[in-house]
Amino acid sequence: METVLLHEQSELVYDAPALRFITCGSVDDGKSTLVGRLLYDSKLLLDDQLDTLKAESKIHGTTGGNIDFALLLDGLQAEREQGITIDVAYRFFATERRRFIVADTPGHEQYTRNMATAASNAELAIVLVDARKGVITQTLRHSYILSLFGVRHIVLAINKMDLVGWSSDRFQSIVDDYCDMASRIGIPDVTCIPICARDGDNIFTRSKTMPWYVGPTIVEHLENVEVLSELENLPFRLPVQWVNRPNADFRGFSGRVANGVVRQGHSIASFPSGRVSKIARILTADGEAEVATEGQAITIVLTDEIDVSRGDVLAPTDAAPIVADEISGHIVWFDDSAMIPGRRYTLKCAGRKIGAVVSRLKHRVNVNTLDQQAATSLSMNEIGHVTINLEGALVCDPYTKNRETGGFILIDTINNRTVAAGVIETARRHAVDVRWQNLNVDGARRAMIKHQRPCVLWFTGLVGSGRSTIANLVEQRLCDLGRHTYLLDSHNLRHGLNRDLDFSTEARVESVRRTAIVAKLLYDAGLITLVAMLSPLRVDRQMARDLIGDGDFIEVHVATPLEECERRDPGGLYQRARTGDLPNFTGIDAPYEPPLSPEISIDTSGQTPEAVADRIVAYLQEHRYL
Amino acid sequence: MLQQVTANKSEARSDKHVVGRMSQHLRRLESESITIFREVAAEFRKPVVLYSIGKDSSVLLHLAMKAFSPGRLPFPLLHVNTTWKFREMITFRDERARALGVDLIVHINEEGVAQGINPFASGSALHTDVMKTQALRQALDKYGYDAAIGGARRDEERSRAKERIFSHRSAMHRWDSKNQRPELWHVFNTSLAPGESMRVFPLSNWTEMDVWDYIAAENIPIVPLYFAAPRPVVTRDGTLIMVDDERMPLNPGEQPEMEWVRFRTLGCYPLTGAIRSRASTLPAIIDEMRSSRTSERQGRLIDSDAAGSMEKKKEQGYF
Repeated sequence: METVLLHEQSELVYDAPALRFITCGSVDDGKSTLVGRLLYDSKLLLDDQLDTLKAESKIHGTTGGNIDFALLLDGLQAEREQGITIDVAYRFFATERRRFIVADTPGHEQYTRNMATAASNAELAIVLVDARKGVITQTLRHSYILSLFGVRHIVLAINKMDLVGWSSDRFQSIVDDYCDMASRIGIPDVTCIPICARDGDNIFTRSKTMPWYVGPTIVEHLENVEVLSELENLPFRLPVQWVNRPNADFRGFSGRVANGVVRQGHSIASFPSGRVSKIARILTADGEAEVATEGQAITIVLTDEIDVSRGDVLAPTDAAPIVADEISGHIVWFDDSAMIPGRRYTLKCAGRKIGAVVSRLKHRVNVNTLDQQAATSLSMNEIGHVTINLEGALVCDPYTKNRETGGFILIDTINNRTVAAGVIETARRHAVDVRWQNLNVDGARRAMIKHQRPCVLWFTGLVGSGRSTIANLVEQRLCDLGRHTYLLDSHNLRHGLNRDLDFSTEARVESVRRTAIVAKLLYDAGLITLVAMLSPLRVDRQMARDLIGDGDFIEVHVATPLEECERRDPGGLYQRARTGDLPNFTGIDAPYEPPLSPEISIDTSGQTPEAVADRIVAYLQEHRYL
Repeated sequence: MLQQVTANKSEARSDKHVVGRMSQHLRRLESESITIFREVAAEFRKPVVLYSIGKDSSVLLHLAMKAFSPGRLPFPLLHVNTTWKFREMITFRDERARALGVDLIVHINEEGVAQGINPFASGSALHTDVMKTQALRQALDKYGYDAAIGGARRDEERSRAKERIFSHRSAMHRWDSKNQRPELWHVFNTSLAPGESMRVFPLSNWTEMDVWDYIAAENIPIVPLYFAAPRPVVTRDGTLIMVDDERMPLNPGEQPEMEWVRFRTLGCYPLTGAIRSRASTLPAIIDEMRSSRTSERQGRLIDSDAAGSMEKKKEQGYF
């Protein structure tokens, strides 16, 4: 056996960082089997692990009682029981020439997000293809993600060659198919290897049954491939992660060098402010140093006291990053609920978190044909090109120039799920031209001369719940009390501001967004602002709440039950919806998400609207809004 | 045969483990771990380091000190004490906390103690559940920690191999293994709803061997139990158990014998198997490790309770 344990490695190899690679491809193409083979043949499987594996192969195995290597990787009970891979498994092995960290990724489309997780940190990917099936949709989807995330080294491993009679023609035709597609999506380097993972052909040892193949085995290629980083030659970037200020004498900026080299005495600027200083000291994990390079976790001390905080980026003035409030690029959508333009998310990139709205979906990518298709939303696992507007300044670079300052995630503001990952392709700053004009009169002053505390009362509820009637009565009572008010009723807004919007989900998101912004302006003008709007989705109402600010946003849930609303049936709308005449009708065939913790919740059944309005006014008095 | 090779080569290799010399491989791991520590400090309200006194905890603490140097460690250490740890571990714990000037919080599940839970009478599964899992949850709830940093590694066990670096826990401390958050690049989603928390594993990408190499390169203090010495042991079900104090009930005719042993992992002494060894220095331990044919968790009796037992324990809130 050629393999030996780590201790016989040469000095040089002993020193180098582990090569990080992933295996991907469709279900049952043999990813886990290949990784199991690599671990087994590199003698990294220990006796007790092997005993467990043998025992489990008899229970869950799919190889007729022989060792089923996939069970080694499928570490979750659900995976072993169902015989599928759900999430990434990270495993470690070494040959005499190199160390490796391999991530075995799931093949099911449903778990594409977990494949993307592994791909984002990989230097190389082995794309497996079943020789009988050739290149299929999932092969293409995974390859597209690899290209998007800049994985430059691709190995196409054509597996199960035994099942196509070890045919070189079959091998060549799959290679041609794949390489044609790879060149179209910008994958520069593909190494194609015919294998049989189950028996180990062309994994560690050369296949005796495929003498026509003269290229490297999988392991030979992994050992020899050069993945030297070009990042050191790119301009220096230090996204500031943490400001280290233990006492008045020390103020350091900690982070991991994302690109380039930095030296004591270098001129440096902090972005977005652009303020300039010099490097006084560099502290590394090994103490003080003159130089630091890509990948090192360091702390920088500057010669001047300039303002730097988390999310800022230190960079040279002559090769500055982009300070942007609008970015464009591709995203991979991960979440069950679709991406709809107009929604607000939290964007996180290089230590900065910013409110972000996907303002435009330019196209969706059809991974089968690589065509760009017009689309109004992105479903789970779909890839699209979007433009995102940011509520603050983001310091960034195109992803191809810097993974750390060019890759971002989107986080749902309500349930905190990571809903998408994206790469920045272009970034702009709009606000440079359309500058925010500072005004001398502010909201507080406007409110003061009206002798009132402005707030926003947001009435949400089903059709027929009485939200418009009640909002109307509340405004009347407030005026009677001498308050300055304005009521935005969604019915009336449809005649003007929202005239161009229909009742599709996308248009509803947009109508809530516009209405919330107008409400914010009226609030800022010092008015007690009432909004009466169906606004069925939590995420949209949360957007409005975030915009106004928690303390002055009063969510009023007019919680009349559906049966009661349907009994009232204003304008016969429910009847039409029930007969299919009015599709996409909230409460019937479109969802209504009731507020989880509204400030006020009232069921109007059996009460007069006047009594309900009185209760709301009483609430405002109790809570010192009046 | 393999042993022979190892012995012959140990001389030539010893220079690799000289203090202060570190491979590029370890440097990269070190940088990544430091970055993770800083992210926790920046993003969470009230983090804590779960300190279990073992070699991984020693490395964890060493990295934490580096991450915030020259400042102090901005969060405390929490030790969940089952009251059955080796005595040398407790001595070591208190010495380290004092020497490094860090805050140490010790939590014991007093209800469990009152109920008389112990590894002998209650069995390892109940003991672990009450004195470790429940105790940890008690402590996290009591102090309101929103991020708990632990020394777990992905090479330890196959359900660990599946876990994220920032691993989300529900308000009931549960791990939803089938629905983990995607984790891209070094952009960690640290957002939490009220009551939820994060478990954070800075050593995720380290192997057991990396830990030993790093301990050697950085000369990090570890509990002396890792080094071979003559210790009083009895053999039970093929496992060598050290008789660490008088609470250990001996079977009729059972007599502790002095043997040269050391420990590959440390936990509750009645549940931790020793290995026969003469390796009493770091280079000797590292040599022995390289030729080992068993995994480190083999010595932990709690992992063999049932297949997939680690995953089950983790889903319930075990570290």
